[in-house]
Amino acid sequence: MAACCGGWARLCSLLAFAALAGLGAEAKNSEDVRCKCICPPYKDHSGHIYNKNVSQKDCDCLHVVEPMPVPGPDVEAYCLRCECKYEERSSVTIKVTIIIYLSILGLLLLYMVYLTLVEPILKRRLFGHSQLIQSDEDIGDHQPFANAHDVLARSRSRANVLNKVEYAQQRWKLQVQEQRKSVFDRHVVLS
Amino acid sequence: MVCGGILENLILKCLAKLRESIDILVFPLHTDSNMVNAGDMNGSGNLMDFLDEPFPDVGTYEDFHTIDWLREKSRDTDRHRKITSKSKESIWEFIKSLLDAWSGWVVMLLIGLLAGTLAGVIDLAVDWMTDLKEGVCLSAFWYSHEQCCWTSNETTFDDRDKCPLWQKWSELLVSQSEGASAYILNYFLYIMWALCFAFLAVSLVRVFAPYACGSGIPEIKTILSGFIIRGYLGKWTLLIKTVTLVLVVSSGLSLGKEGPLVHVACCCGNFFSSLFSKYSKNEGKRREVLSAAAAAGVSVAFGAPIGGVLFSLEEVSYYFPLKTLWRSFFAALVAAFTLRSINPFGNSRLVLFYVEYHTPWYMAELFPFILLGVFGGLWGTLFIRCNIAWCRRRKTTRLGKYPVLEVIVITAITAIIAYPNPYTRRSTSELISELFNDCGALESSQLCDYINDPNMTRPVDDIPDRPAGPGVYTAMWQLALALVFKIVITIFTFGMKIPSGLFIPSMAVGAMAGRMVGIGVEQLAYHHHDWIIFRNWCRPGADCVTPGLYAMVGAAACLGGVTRMTVSLVVIMFELTGGLEYIVPLMAAAVTSKWVADAFGKEGIYEAHIHLNGYPFLDVKDEFTHRTLATDVMRPRRGEAPLSVLTQDSMTVEDVETLIKETDYNGFPVVVSKDSERLIGFAQRRELILAIKNARQRQDGVVSNSIVYFTEDPPELPPNSPHPLKLRRILNLSPFTVTDHTPMETVVDIFRKLGLRQCLVTRSGRLLGIITKKDVLRHMAQMANQDPESIMFN
Repeated sequence: MAACCGGWARLCSLLAFAALAGLGAEAKNSEDVRCKCICPPYKDHSGHIYNKNVSQKDCDCLHVVEPMPVPGPDVEAYCLRCECKYEERSSVTIKVTIIIYLSILGLLLLYMVYLTLVEPILKRRLFGHSQLIQSDEDIGDHQPFANAHDVLARSRSRANVLNKVEYAQQRWKLQVQEQRKSVFDRHVVLS
Repeated sequence: MVCGGILENLILKCLAKLRESIDILVFPLHTDSNMVNAGDMNGSGNLMDFLDEPFPDVGTYEDFHTIDWLREKSRDTDRHRKITSKSKESIWEFIKSLLDAWSGWVVMLLIGLLAGTLAGVIDLAVDWMTDLKEGVCLSAFWYSHEQCCWTSNETTFDDRDKCPLWQKWSELLVSQSEGASAYILNYFLYIMWALCFAFLAVSLVRVFAPYACGSGIPEIKTILSGFIIRGYLGKWTLLIKTVTLVLVVSSGLSLGKEGPLVHVACCCGNFFSSLFSKYSKNEGKRREVLSAAAAAGVSVAFGAPIGGVLFSLEEVSYYFPLKTLWRSFFAALVAAFTLRSINPFGNSRLVLFYVEYHTPWYMAELFPFILLGVFGGLWGTLFIRCNIAWCRRRKTTRLGKYPVLEVIVITAITAIIAYPNPYTRRSTSELISELFNDCGALESSQLCDYINDPNMTRPVDDIPDRPAGPGVYTAMWQLALALVFKIVITIFTFGMKIPSGLFIPSMAVGAMAGRMVGIGVEQLAYHHHDWIIFRNWCRPGADCVTPGLYAMVGAAACLGGVTRMTVSLVVIMFELTGGLEYIVPLMAAAVTSKWVADAFGKEGIYEAHIHLNGYPFLDVKDEFTHRTLATDVMRPRRGEAPLSVLTQDSMTVEDVETLIKETDYNGFPVVVSKDSERLIGFAQRRELILAIKNARQRQDGVVSNSIVYFTEDPPELPPNSPHPLKLRRILNLSPFTVTDHTPMETVVDIFRKLGLRQCLVTRSGRLLGIITKKDVLRHMAQMANQDPESIMFN
């Protein structure tokens, strides 16, 4: 289950993110484009920042700075100090990305809470009634194919999606347990 | 939580069908003479098989073992020859052969797209979550501080960061923005958010994917040299690494995301190469794809496609055929292009600290640049020694038993010390960006608080050198404190059980040191422009010294000192800055820092971590200059048990099984007979096990007393003896052999260049012993007076 859910989450995110690139190129909200001019203090005028929604070729001091604070002859000297930059962003991309990220994070947190807190409680209640109790501590010997044969033998006898998913999840849990042992307990890999 | 929904079934079926059709198109290896397709992995492709554990067939490797490069190469050549010969038969076969040739490029395209997308997502999410520690945007919670104030008209020149839509937590909760209580509340919430993010990250790593911790580059180096670590490049590792990378970078810890992005890109590479049997069944070809994926990873991390390819070539890859060079470049370009189209920084740049000034530098400035190089080398040595000592302590003592607690404590310490200093409160990327930037007339930060001449009428990019105002002096001692803090805290942060990279903290340390030196030189030049050194090139009223350039050079020096990169470092730095004029200072600093650092120790941080973990990595950069011979290294030594061999046609199945059970060698040489130990070939343990298991299940008449023979024709047997077992197909008839007087220098060279796992030693045609890669590594460690028992894996 975890394998397919991991793959499912993966597919989901892939499709969503792949749409982002297209979205980002198309959605040009009028608010998402601006020309920003920063003008420092000049004589007795204080510094000011001007924002305006103009196209890139109109992004200079003369088009953006309105109303012009200095009289006619000083305009050139004033404008020479101003720095104008054309910026654009895609607010849709940002919104979609953050929301997708938060949903994936939320799903992972829920699954983590389920795995660490809820499932042991459920297992304790079902103790002795279900054949699905493969205790997580029971690794057995480390012969390469011992587990695989068990899993495969059982799976051939009960070709049922639910049980398949259950065994895939158990296999995944065993793998993660092995990884956890090597990394956290024995410090063999990734010290 | 059952994936039984109709939609899921449909999608899984579609995926399986897609996989099946791709496999049919690229011609799986069903008829390879060396392989027995014991499991029907790719044939039916129905829903059940998707969930089944893949039955390991002959030709795959066990976890934590080394691959046989020669065999992978010959299998690929076989496959290719088969396709080429079949392509002449019909149009359909011809099209199949074209698709097979093009599958490499399709994989590169897919890797580039996914790596670029993930990097864009990571950048956007980090941007938002970093600002979440300080406040929130009221109009739309998904905007970071800068994005929130983007459309606002209330920003003023002096307070260009403030706008009413974005409020700090103290403003939101107690409606106060200044004052001691507001400060303390903001401080407290900053620490709480940082702890929350770090705790989430380490819990996710612990529960779902323990392989997602660390930088990833040492392990990827080892994997690319031929080692197998199953699950290290898996889907869960990819998902968890991406999600937790955002969390840890946002929590304010002193780490970067470049190393983990290389790991993420390699996971993408592994994922896409498993869709095509050309790559999924051949470990050697898969590593070509992984090298290219590593290039794409660095390319999106730095916005430097060429630098990424060179980094993959220099640092990460083991064998880098020229064909991979062009494909890596393609993957890196696609990734960079995808990232640019997502546009995470709103200005069509790929990296946060892209600078664009072109002020020239002067020859006399080479002296401070070389000084920065020396600083970088010294810092690199200090960092590597301290970090390895700390990691060793974490590995061997009780400190390693509390990974979650360790992460929380380090995060708390980092947050508590980082908040008061404005240079450490913000994210490290923003700090580097500010340090790299030159001060125009429009900057309002403290670092640019120079005393301006009010009558000056120069345009904005030609400001002459000015005396420093009080803000600059404050900034200098704050930067000094930040520098010391970063140097100390990074030693403890790198190597924790969370995804952590090293590039950004090293660049930050170097940038801070460089900027301080740059401001020092600038003020020296301003106040003493009549000294001899300054007189020629620095006149009063001219813009001589650019402190931002010193910051860049410092960053390059520190990064080079820690990782010992050379060409790739310079290329990355000048792709970051866009300034080809600055190649010479960057090179000077990089070369100096590498020399200084190499004087103290030969290893970069990644090689040091490889040694710490005991991975069987035979470095191509090491030189073996001792005069030992093959007899000194081979097993069995004098006094040890004799070599376990198989005979050509005189052992029974039971004998073979006993031999396999009693020993744990990876393979057994096959000789003619116990008397004349003439070598026939070499058989791998895993293949023997599988073949015998297969034979017992499927072939009639094979019992424990059956004779196992490796020859072409069965031996002479008495009548009524059980059916003999022919195992010639699993025998490698061309094992590599050296004579006993071959110098070890040559043997090490052979192992390195051909990627061997083991090598047999003969004298006058008789088998004497065997040398494995582990023996070679142990011997090299012994010769270098290191602990030979630290080489752990097979």
